[in-house]
Amino acid sequence: MTRPTIVFRDRPDWSRLRRLFWLVPLLLFAIVLFTTYYQVPANAVGVVLRFGKYSSTQEPGLHFKMPLGVDEVSIVPTRRQLKLEFGFGTPDYTNPDQVGEEPQREKGMVTGDLNAALVEWVVQYHVEDPRLFLFHVREPASTLRDLSEAVMREIIGDRTVDEVITVGRGEIETEAARRLREMANAYELGLGIDQLQLKNVNPPREVQASFNEVNKAQQDRENMINIANGEYNKVVPRAQGEAAQKITEAEGYRLKRVNEALGDAAAFNAVLAQYIKAPAVTRTRLYLETMATVLPALASKWIVDDKVTQLLPLLQVGGKEAVK
Amino acid sequence: MRITTILIALLALFLLLVFSGAFYTVRETDTVIVTQFGRPVGDPISEPGLHWKTPFVQDVTRLDKRVLEFDGMATEMPTKDKTYIEVDAFGRWRIGDAARFYVALKDERSAQSRLEDIIGSEVRTAVASHELIEIIRSDKSRVLPPDLEKQISLTSVLPNAKRGRLEIQKDILAAAAPKLAPLGIELLDVRIKRVNYNSEVLTRIYQRMISERQQIAQRFRSEGEGEAARILGKKEKDLREIESVAYKQVQQNRGEADAEATRIYAEAYDQSPEAREFYTFVKTMDTYKAVLGSGTNLVLSTDSDLFRLFKQTGR
Repeated sequence: MTRPTIVFRDRPDWSRLRRLFWLVPLLLFAIVLFTTYYQVPANAVGVVLRFGKYSSTQEPGLHFKMPLGVDEVSIVPTRRQLKLEFGFGTPDYTNPDQVGEEPQREKGMVTGDLNAALVEWVVQYHVEDPRLFLFHVREPASTLRDLSEAVMREIIGDRTVDEVITVGRGEIETEAARRLREMANAYELGLGIDQLQLKNVNPPREVQASFNEVNKAQQDRENMINIANGEYNKVVPRAQGEAAQKITEAEGYRLKRVNEALGDAAAFNAVLAQYIKAPAVTRTRLYLETMATVLPALASKWIVDDKVTQLLPLLQVGGKEAVK
Repeated sequence: MRITTILIALLALFLLLVFSGAFYTVRETDTVIVTQFGRPVGDPISEPGLHWKTPFVQDVTRLDKRVLEFDGMATEMPTKDKTYIEVDAFGRWRIGDAARFYVALKDERSAQSRLEDIIGSEVRTAVASHELIEIIRSDKSRVLPPDLEKQISLTSVLPNAKRGRLEIQKDILAAAAPKLAPLGIELLDVRIKRVNYNSEVLTRIYQRMISERQQIAQRFRSEGEGEAARILGKKEKDLREIESVAYKQVQQNRGEADAEATRIYAEAYDQSPEAREFYTFVKTMDTYKAVLGSGTNLVLSTDSDLFRLFKQTGR
């Protein structure tokens, strides 16, 4: 076997290459220069490590550092509000810890009266201390997730299902936020908790209907009471009015009766005064006047002598009917 | 020329040292173990910065000195009262003694499996020796606030726990920490993240919740009916009362009116013998007027007062 021999027809022209040699340090210098500056965005700070040791924290802007891996910069977004969602997930998130791996399992909880409930909530937080955030705990955000789940279950476990679902929401939010803050501080996560909000809180789907039934029954109760009150109000005030009317009428009767009696008595007294002056004549006059009014209107008048004893033949009392 | 040679030689030595790995950095998050042919040499180094070691012979192993996570697997286990629940615990730990850790476990992966073993078994023990309510309730001193109790006392009762989850978690930590300490692991905290009923228990729980709710609904309805009946009863009572009180008042008024009138008449007619006589006369005349009418046939004797003069004039 013969090896192919490489034959340089021409020796390389070293002198020409040497002329370009000055480009090498220039290129190196450019590369180094290129790695000596960095920019910190407006919502963040830059934490500078020199040979792995913390050296300074830089505010937003353009900064220089030592090149060739001597200085290392971590950008920490301290002014950005971050969010953790539990039991649900909003799509298109950028924070990798925002949504849990198993939202369905996150929201299932057991309440203090051993009922089941589904609780969804949101925690809003920000990086408060970049040094703690970077150097103290390895996974600060997922630690916060774990703590948040534990805290929420502690709180739900101390409340009844009705408190959780209806009346206790506000109190649960404040209490959970308070405890979560306490624990985030104790763990030195470097994170500040801004807010904790409950989202949907429901009984499990299987028992939802019976919870609605209770609400309906509560409405029914109010309804029945309202109807009864309505009936009461329809009748009683009217009866009160009618009673007042009767009483007022009776008072009217009393006034009328008394005044009439007073009038009659006054008239009598006036006439009596004159009568006493001439009793006999007045009596006769009154008698005769009466007769004069009465007698003309009578159907028939019979004047009989006081000696007549047999009157019947004369009388046809009451007309024909009397004869029959 | 000589100085240049020395400088070039120094630079070459420096580059040799750099590329052979004589320098290494310790980061803020690292603890470094230096080993020589696999055996640790000297104390672990946790001071961050640039450090130096013998090239070629010594190696560097980095361990994380931050607080590390432990997330146990969700495991089904029975409570003391034989309810099967799925418990998911988590913990936080750090490498407390790097030298020991390196010798006993080498790396984090084996640490995780030891944590799983030890914490898992402590959780199981703790759960098995407590009733379900002790694991669900966290703070045993918490009771329903009085203002809430008024609103929901009909529907909820908060059962009491003797110890509660917070204390049980402390037990688990206290039991597991000493077992992990010899491995160089400093266990900082253990908490129960999730407790859920197993699916079989869950159907029973749902059944119970449904029947509980139905009972509450019935109670609301019967309460409504009862209240309505009470109101209707009150309506009847109030009506009777209003009517009878009015009747009483009316009768009393009328009686008093009649009595008053009677007194007035008596006073007038009974004031003297003449008054009595005159009243009787006038009243008799009035009565004649009233009694005698168009349907009356009147037989008058000539002996009557009116016709006394009929037979003979004034004798």
